[in-house]
Amino acid sequence: MATNLTERDPRRPTGGRRGSPRRSSDRPGWLRRSFDRHWYAWAMVLPVVAVLGVLVFYPLLRGMWISLTNLNESNQRTEICVRTLGGGEECRPNPDAWEFVGLDNYTRILTGEVGEFWQWFWVTLIWTVVCVVFHYGIGLGLATLLNRQLRGRTIYRVLLILPWAVPAFVVAFAWRFLFNERFGVFNVVLETFGFEPVEWFADRWTSLFTAIVANIWLGVPFMMVALLGGMQAIPSELYEAAEMDGASGRQRFWNVTLPGLRPVSMTVILLGTIWTFNMFPIIYLVTGGQPAGQTEILVTGAYRAAFEGLRNYSLAATYGVIILSILLVFAVTYRRALRKQGEVW
Amino acid sequence: MLPSRRLFTKGIVGLAALALTLTGCGSDDGGDEGEKKTDPKSLKAELTWWDTSDPKNEGPAFQELIKKFNAQHPNVKIDYQSVPFAEAQNKFKTAAEAKSGAPDILRAEVAWVPEFASLGYLYALEGTDLAKDQADFLPTPMSSTMFDGKTYGVPQVTDSLGMLYNKALFEKAGISEAPKSWAEVKTTAKAIKDKTDADGLFINAGGYFLLPFIYGEGGDLVDVDAKKIIVNSDQNVAGVKIAQDLVKSGAAMKPPANDAYGTMMTLFKEQKVAMIINGPWEVNNIRNAPKFGGVENLGIAPVPAGSAKAGAPVGGHDYVVWSGMPDAKADAAVAFIGFMSSAESQAFLAEELGLLPTRKSAYDLDGVKSNPIISAFKPVLDSAVARPWIPEAGKFFGPLDKMATEVLVQSKDVKKSLDTCAKQYKSEVVPNYSA
Repeated sequence: MATNLTERDPRRPTGGRRGSPRRSSDRPGWLRRSFDRHWYAWAMVLPVVAVLGVLVFYPLLRGMWISLTNLNESNQRTEICVRTLGGGEECRPNPDAWEFVGLDNYTRILTGEVGEFWQWFWVTLIWTVVCVVFHYGIGLGLATLLNRQLRGRTIYRVLLILPWAVPAFVVAFAWRFLFNERFGVFNVVLETFGFEPVEWFADRWTSLFTAIVANIWLGVPFMMVALLGGMQAIPSELYEAAEMDGASGRQRFWNVTLPGLRPVSMTVILLGTIWTFNMFPIIYLVTGGQPAGQTEILVTGAYRAAFEGLRNYSLAATYGVIILSILLVFAVTYRRALRKQGEVW
Repeated sequence: MLPSRRLFTKGIVGLAALALTLTGCGSDDGGDEGEKKTDPKSLKAELTWWDTSDPKNEGPAFQELIKKFNAQHPNVKIDYQSVPFAEAQNKFKTAAEAKSGAPDILRAEVAWVPEFASLGYLYALEGTDLAKDQADFLPTPMSSTMFDGKTYGVPQVTDSLGMLYNKALFEKAGISEAPKSWAEVKTTAKAIKDKTDADGLFINAGGYFLLPFIYGEGGDLVDVDAKKIIVNSDQNVAGVKIAQDLVKSGAAMKPPANDAYGTMMTLFKEQKVAMIINGPWEVNNIRNAPKFGGVENLGIAPVPAGSAKAGAPVGGHDYVVWSGMPDAKADAAVAFIGFMSSAESQAFLAEELGLLPTRKSAYDLDGVKSNPIISAFKPVLDSAVARPWIPEAGKFFGPLDKMATEVLVQSKDVKKSLDTCAKQYKSEVVPNYSA
């Protein structure tokens, strides 16, 4: 952040860090000079680097390392000990202690020998895309409605933000019950109107549908609030000017509102994608992966694979690295696409 | 007391269902004869106990027992902590691995014992008073405490699946006694469906609940001695096919894929289905259901037999001691567990909560003998089958639950589903077993 500000602020003299080309041959090194001149900045950054190192980089690197081993709950010890109550302990070396296995975990997961990676992957993809599209679409619609003077606007806003204030697992239980095949509201309503009740969880698509509905309900408020904020930041002069030029309401929306929202939209879509991709509780609690694991997404599938029964740390770490890689590739591609369109981000 | 399988897969639903019951007040008994120690008053220690029973329904009776224990051992302080069943397994493992925060004594579900023992989290009880009178315990629950030739626990309560039925609906349909085979179940269910406005049978779409069908044909999941995966054996295919046929033919209701257990219990309590396969842990729940008509309306019978035998999986809980407990507390821990698992204490729990004792001698005590629920479940216990007590057993039910949904809900081919199950056992659960 700090360097960004420095770079952008034209009033400040350019710092030594950027070092212009003609100076780069000077031997006392820019690092040294920068340290001499900006030692206080380095000192200020140090705690952040240390905290990031401890909280982010160390666990990340350790996770990557574990994913290259076969570490699990039962082979993590070098010796197996039996303690007898009131007397003695016998220890013997663990015959199959954990070891480095290279990329074994990755090949086993990606070839489908363990778990059902590709099925989970496609479900995750469909789940993420559908949810984010609806989050954004409905959020935008509601934000537009609320971005005007109308009676009781505050009340609407509060009501619409309510789903966001409800913990995800409560949402999950509520929707799961609404969709209950025998006692749920939806089927009762269908039956009163003479339709056949739907076996929501017996088919993968209707089952996924229930989870998507729940997640849309949960995710719209965030989009709405973010986009509403974005809209209110659009200078009203732009609208006035457009009006003067005779632009209709629809034209103003397409040509003023949407372009003005772009910086916000891009960020919330990226965030929304990452959150939905990793939205554990809704899938785990609404569909429970039913029917027969067909609505499992990557994170819930990985959880079951790694944490049911004897815990498999290396497998869990491998899933973690794979999921991280997918999201990283997505984020980088996304950023690049935006940059190509001239978005400063 | 809770079924392992249900909470394992449907954790939180189970908790919700749990909260539904309230204890009736049982009579007080005079059985405070614990284990006779040389001088119980000289024992001085503080023990932490994680109780995983239902805090509202079962907890008070256990605390009552602790009071009785303290009357004999005034200087042993028991720090009673109620830990939700669904969380206890992971919580204990995490704490034991971190070597801090684990309880001295835990009430462990039977299938957890070999897992914990294999990880070195439990004390072996060889040579202590707790391992002395093993002959008095029912052999099947006792087998759950053994791992690698050593004893790691003391059975607290036991349970098994039986057939629970609605007597009034049976009467209305003109049926006088519980069906003894699956073929009889089919005709009974059809009769009930024809003559009453209730359904005949509900089979929960869960792997654990298909075990009676599998055991009935003489099948099992794995052969531990031969290290062989037999989950897709011909017997199992035949057994699961019986269950599938019951659903397909309309004798049994088609279970929903999600929350089948909760649906089963609601329908049974509202008298909308006449027969279910379930365990003694639901008796209190059914007793207190306003629409069911009390425990007098509840019929209990062993699970129907297949072509080989009638068999249902054994469940229950064992007392185990954390291997990180300081040695100095050993005597106190032995005294406490000894007291809690004595025949008198088990009889007290049986009377108060309807929990099934694990000691043969407890069944001879008057309070237990005269209890209609317990005596009804006694034959159910006789058909209880020990599950494979290996550390990996916790992973058996994930694939098996999937199979159950595929077969019962989605009407998929039984053999194919069981083959997939076997493949998963080989690649993920017991890789060193032969397929």
